[in-house]
Amino acid sequence: MSQATGYNFAYLDEQTKRMIRRAILKAIAIPGYQTPFASREMPMPYGWGTGGVQVTAAILGPDDVLKVIDQGSDDTTNAVSIRKFFEKTAGVATTTRTAEATIIQTRHRIPETSLGAHQVLVYQVPIPEPLRFLEPRETETRKMHALAEYGLMHVKLYEDIARHGHIATTYAYPVKVAGRYLMDPSPTPKFDNPKMHRSPALQLFGAGREKRIYAVPPYTEVVSLDFDDHPFEINRFDRPCALCGAGDVYLDEVILDDGGRRMFVCSDTDYCEARRAEGHRGEMSGQAPAIGAAP
Amino acid sequence: MYVAVKGGERAIDNAHRLLGAKRRGDPAVPELSVAQIGEQLALAVDRVMAEGSLFDRDLAALAIKQARGDLIEAIFLVRAYRTTLSRFGHSEPVDTGAMDISRRISATFKDLPGGQVLGPTFDYTHRLIDFSLMSEGPVEPPATAAPSGEASPRVASLLSGEGLIEKAPPVSDEEAVGDLTRDPLAFPAARDLRLQNLARGDEGYLLALAYSTQRGYGRTHPFVGEIRVGEVEVEFFAEELGFAAPLGRVELTECEMVNQFKGSAEAPPQFTTGYGLVFGQSERKAMSMALVDRALRAEELGEDLTAPAQDQEFVLSHSDNVQATGFVEHLKLPHYVDFQSELGLVRMLRAEHRAAAEAREIAETRKAAE
Repeated sequence: MSQATGYNFAYLDEQTKRMIRRAILKAIAIPGYQTPFASREMPMPYGWGTGGVQVTAAILGPDDVLKVIDQGSDDTTNAVSIRKFFEKTAGVATTTRTAEATIIQTRHRIPETSLGAHQVLVYQVPIPEPLRFLEPRETETRKMHALAEYGLMHVKLYEDIARHGHIATTYAYPVKVAGRYLMDPSPTPKFDNPKMHRSPALQLFGAGREKRIYAVPPYTEVVSLDFDDHPFEINRFDRPCALCGAGDVYLDEVILDDGGRRMFVCSDTDYCEARRAEGHRGEMSGQAPAIGAAP
Repeated sequence: MYVAVKGGERAIDNAHRLLGAKRRGDPAVPELSVAQIGEQLALAVDRVMAEGSLFDRDLAALAIKQARGDLIEAIFLVRAYRTTLSRFGHSEPVDTGAMDISRRISATFKDLPGGQVLGPTFDYTHRLIDFSLMSEGPVEPPATAAPSGEASPRVASLLSGEGLIEKAPPVSDEEAVGDLTRDPLAFPAARDLRLQNLARGDEGYLLALAYSTQRGYGRTHPFVGEIRVGEVEVEFFAEELGFAAPLGRVELTECEMVNQFKGSAEAPPQFTTGYGLVFGQSERKAMSMALVDRALRAEELGEDLTAPAQDQEFVLSHSDNVQATGFVEHLKLPHYVDFQSELGLVRMLRAEHRAAAEAREIAETRKAAE
């Protein structure tokens, strides 16, 4: 892949990278704390991963192997666009295999394959503030974090239970990091929350438009908020993946016709393909073309 | 039949190829040149330079061409380019009092030193579509006159002698002016940062906020002290030279809004000001900026904070159209995963709702039977 001329390695100039690395180091030193940083305009729109892209650009080295996923898939349009951006501006190797990647940039999912200590997971974050929809003012929410005053969130979850019988938050489910800061895990489904807990991989979160970086260092406590009588539960599916038969994964619902027929398949496409390559079969895999066949 | 999708890459490439062809339009129609855009769509170029925060007419015109005339897209292109440019310092403050004026009006004084200069303006034109422009033709050359040579001091400085109008806050060299593009905005933001934010803010957004102050949401009793449009010299102080060297000239629109003020516990009765400064000729933007700037000074002047335009966290957080358009339009990105988890929740809640309704019905039937 030829590199773009006229731009520094991984697009950002070295001074900017240094500024971002400092923010990352501060974020790692204070797990879950939203570190302000001087986010730059990137050549893709705000809200489309500019925070994640800046974090990745700041930590990317020539020997890294990059994987980019959106909704768990390597081939959704925005994942393709960001992967191409780094192929063009950094010339790094890219992969779709979770195990082979050293840096994984993600939007809305954590891969099903467990991550290792040599890997960094970079999340794209739209709204970094877990309290934002309870309190719109930044001046107020910063105060609440400073005082660890998180009663408002507990009240919100309690009201959910009182009104619906359940906590009605299914994604961007708030977590407490290292017993101190309330953190938004980005809009990943709560299914993925337990994967953050004591993960051997470094987890970095970049919010470009809101100009914040936060981090969960390796092996850090990440606890989803709950109550003794209403313990945290992940979303469960009542059937396995229709293509690979996996039962303990997050599934996407695909509508097949206008008569209500639908199938459930792995949201993590790499995980699904790897399982099928190993010979696992789901109930509809007989009808699917072999892996690698033209779409 | 769904298979884990491949082919996103080719689809994107093809979409961009199609966009390129659509941008060009019918090849039988002559292609628009960047020079034509710069000359004949000059006010669009001005807006792109102002909100793109980069004074470069050719670049802005090129961005408009590339963006198919979508000005916010063009502003985005300019911003993304601007951020890659290295920064070697900042200019000396420009002296708008020494502006080469092409237009200058005051609504507070009938005549004043330097005079009223109408210049090129849509004001007082009848907004009738001119069908003669359907065909190309020569235009009447503008009338000319020799410059009077009379100085045109800023109106605010004319009034300040009496103490009727507030004095501009003194500028100290130690206190560095903030830089919105190098430090994340923190609240409360001082006026230097607020003005930077408004200067690159969306024209439509500022217009609506300014309008809201006129309709009573944070009324400021404004008068146009002065609007002036023209070119100023930009100078840069180079350490190795030991003096300020001219870098070039930029066109600016400056608006000083004078606001009646009855006084408060903090400030005596006097006229206060709101300030607007924009690249190019954009009186609408400069006036809106001045009105919003004044509204945002409510706290400093001891006024009640009651209206959206007075709320700096609200105003400053939502003024940037590059940020706003990105985040609004990101809803186009796939959200399968979040939507799936919400589907699961709503299905569960509906099942429980149905079960509760059925249980109620059974209980009622039983009661009726008894």
